[in-house]
Amino acid sequence: MNEKPQKLNAENRSLTGRLLLLVAAMFGFGFLLVPLYDVFCEITGFGGRTNATAAVVKEAPDLSREIRVEFVTTVNSYAPFEFAADVDSMTVNPGKMYFATFTAKNLTRADRIAQAVPSVAPVAAAEHFTKIECFCFTSQEFDALEARAMPLQFIVDPNLPEYVDTITLQYTFFDTPRAAANNPL
Amino acid sequence: MSTTVADLHDHHEDHGPAKGIGRWLFSTNHKDIGTMYLVFSLTMFFIGGVMAMVIRSELAIPGLQFVHPEFFNSMTTMHALIMVFGAVMPAFVGLANWMIPLMIGAPDMALPRMNNWSFWILPVAFSILLSTLFMPGGAPASGWTMYPPLVLQTGNAFPFLIFSVHLMGISSIMGAINVIVTIINMRAPDMTLLKMPMFVWTWLITAYLLIAVMPVLAGAVTMLLTDQFFGTSFFLAAGGGDPVMFQHIFWFFGHPEVYIMILPAFGVISEIIPTFSRKKLFGHDSMVYAASSIAFLSFIVWAHHMFTVGMPLTGQMFFMFATMLIAVPTGVKVFNWVATMWRGAMTFETPMLFSLAFVFLFTIGGFSGLMLAAAPADIQYHDTYFVVAHFHYVLVPGSIFAIMAGVYYWLPKWTGHMYDEKLGKLHFWTSTIFVNLAFFPMHFLGLAGMPRRIPDYSTQFTDFNTIASIGALGFGLSQLIFVLVLFRALKGAKATDRVWEGAHGLEWTLPSPAPYHTWETPPKARIAGEAFE
Repeated sequence: MNEKPQKLNAENRSLTGRLLLLVAAMFGFGFLLVPLYDVFCEITGFGGRTNATAAVVKEAPDLSREIRVEFVTTVNSYAPFEFAADVDSMTVNPGKMYFATFTAKNLTRADRIAQAVPSVAPVAAAEHFTKIECFCFTSQEFDALEARAMPLQFIVDPNLPEYVDTITLQYTFFDTPRAAANNPL
Repeated sequence: MSTTVADLHDHHEDHGPAKGIGRWLFSTNHKDIGTMYLVFSLTMFFIGGVMAMVIRSELAIPGLQFVHPEFFNSMTTMHALIMVFGAVMPAFVGLANWMIPLMIGAPDMALPRMNNWSFWILPVAFSILLSTLFMPGGAPASGWTMYPPLVLQTGNAFPFLIFSVHLMGISSIMGAINVIVTIINMRAPDMTLLKMPMFVWTWLITAYLLIAVMPVLAGAVTMLLTDQFFGTSFFLAAGGGDPVMFQHIFWFFGHPEVYIMILPAFGVISEIIPTFSRKKLFGHDSMVYAASSIAFLSFIVWAHHMFTVGMPLTGQMFFMFATMLIAVPTGVKVFNWVATMWRGAMTFETPMLFSLAFVFLFTIGGFSGLMLAAAPADIQYHDTYFVVAHFHYVLVPGSIFAIMAGVYYWLPKWTGHMYDEKLGKLHFWTSTIFVNLAFFPMHFLGLAGMPRRIPDYSTQFTDFNTIASIGALGFGLSQLIFVLVLFRALKGAKATDRVWEGAHGLEWTLPSPAPYHTWETPPKARIAGEAFE
């Protein structure tokens, strides 16, 4: 009579222990999804992600094909900036390097740091849109009320799928100190 | 140690419940804790119901009449959180606490003290959540899905929202561990896994789902918390994060969560239909495999909630077909319920009526789910009232009707008294008529393009909204009959031990009301054989 409850207690304890391990593992798995998602996005271009650091690419122009590249700009609602592309769109040949500028203006009387976050649509074009130089690679410092043009140098890979004739490059402009410090306005 | 165990055991022999409030605060008795869970769930059902009334009265006619849009959004958010985590889930845990030990011949849950904890965390969690209604900035208003960046704009309520979700998660996980350990270690000697009643089976599967996904939700809301207060950028694009990732993590939890809320309902229905058809459950083992398949599939379909956020075509096709695949095991279950009734000597007492309505109306909700699963069609249905109609059909005449069926079915075993059959039937018919009046027109509203989570709408949606509001009010009032039935069942006509003529299962071999301590010696194979051959 006494042995049995004890045996049961031991069994209960060991099963509970294993289940708690499972709980801890699943909690960890939730966080593991973060790097997994990053890897997944980088491989597939999911979410319109493009290269985040400068790339070195050889030029091999394919003059038989013309692609329209459109620029869309958004300013985050908490960022006190004006931000726009200097041209709305460009017609480009794959394999050839192009240069575009974007102008931003700090609307406040304080120094600010901003960060542009790019996204490319359609998703299938993301991995074929390569930035050689981009103001989005680093954060941008602005003096009070300063306005300036920022460079973008890019190349469209000739391996771009046949059916893509228009690529949209979208930038959202964020005020990074707010994002970092998270002072609710 | 051995003497302590023996002492405790002897002590328990003629030991009734403790007196006063202490009985409830410190209880480790599965029946007391089950009762507390059920009463808590009913309380939350009414609080969430009042919020639904606020929503429906605002929507009864176009224009803004009663509440500010911000408060309206708080109401939809809080209504969902309270109904999901406060009403439906605790009700099933309450049924599990009461019935699993009785059904498998165990003296109590395996971890009684943890059981006490997992219940008493809940009132704390919901006090925290409800207190946000009175905070500057108002209660959370971002929808129960808590998508960033919107949820990060919540005022002072934000950390309270996160911590209350943490507490609800801890409570569910502890409850789930308890259920698994009880079922695995404490079954009557002759009860093999495949001889277990369906309710026990579906709860075993549900408990594993809970353990697998509640920690993931805890992780996701923790990331929200650190994004807001500790400078991380899990979901902030400016810092290199991605708000869409939250949706993936949330729905990795969220889709199994919807099966957490329906699998125990399947179990309840699988107990009731055989009783009132006076036949054995058709295809017991196939039911087990179907429930397991549903549980497995629930892990690989999450992105069907996010077709409109953008996804490669192959992704859309995978999630679409995987989702539609769930209709197969679900179809097996519905087929088996119908086959159980086929040529049975059926009678239509209240639990059976609720079960029949469940089979029919849950299936309607399943079909609208199939429509939503079709990726190209979903782009039109997404975030419209069609979605609202769909998930209310599977949750109200689905989960809630199953809970009510279970309560009517086992109530005589709990209180020892029969409930008032006339009142029960009145409750059933008013509930069923009004629930359809409330939710069926929402299909049409959604197909016509009315978005969800809005306090005002274009005038062409007026008629169906007015009908839905009348239905919702009627459904809400009908639940007062339920409370009356419950109170009247505390006394009155004595129930027999078996209660229902066609009932089989260990719980019906015990006296009514079930004594405070049961199965202190496991049931003999002979009685047990009668119950689970």
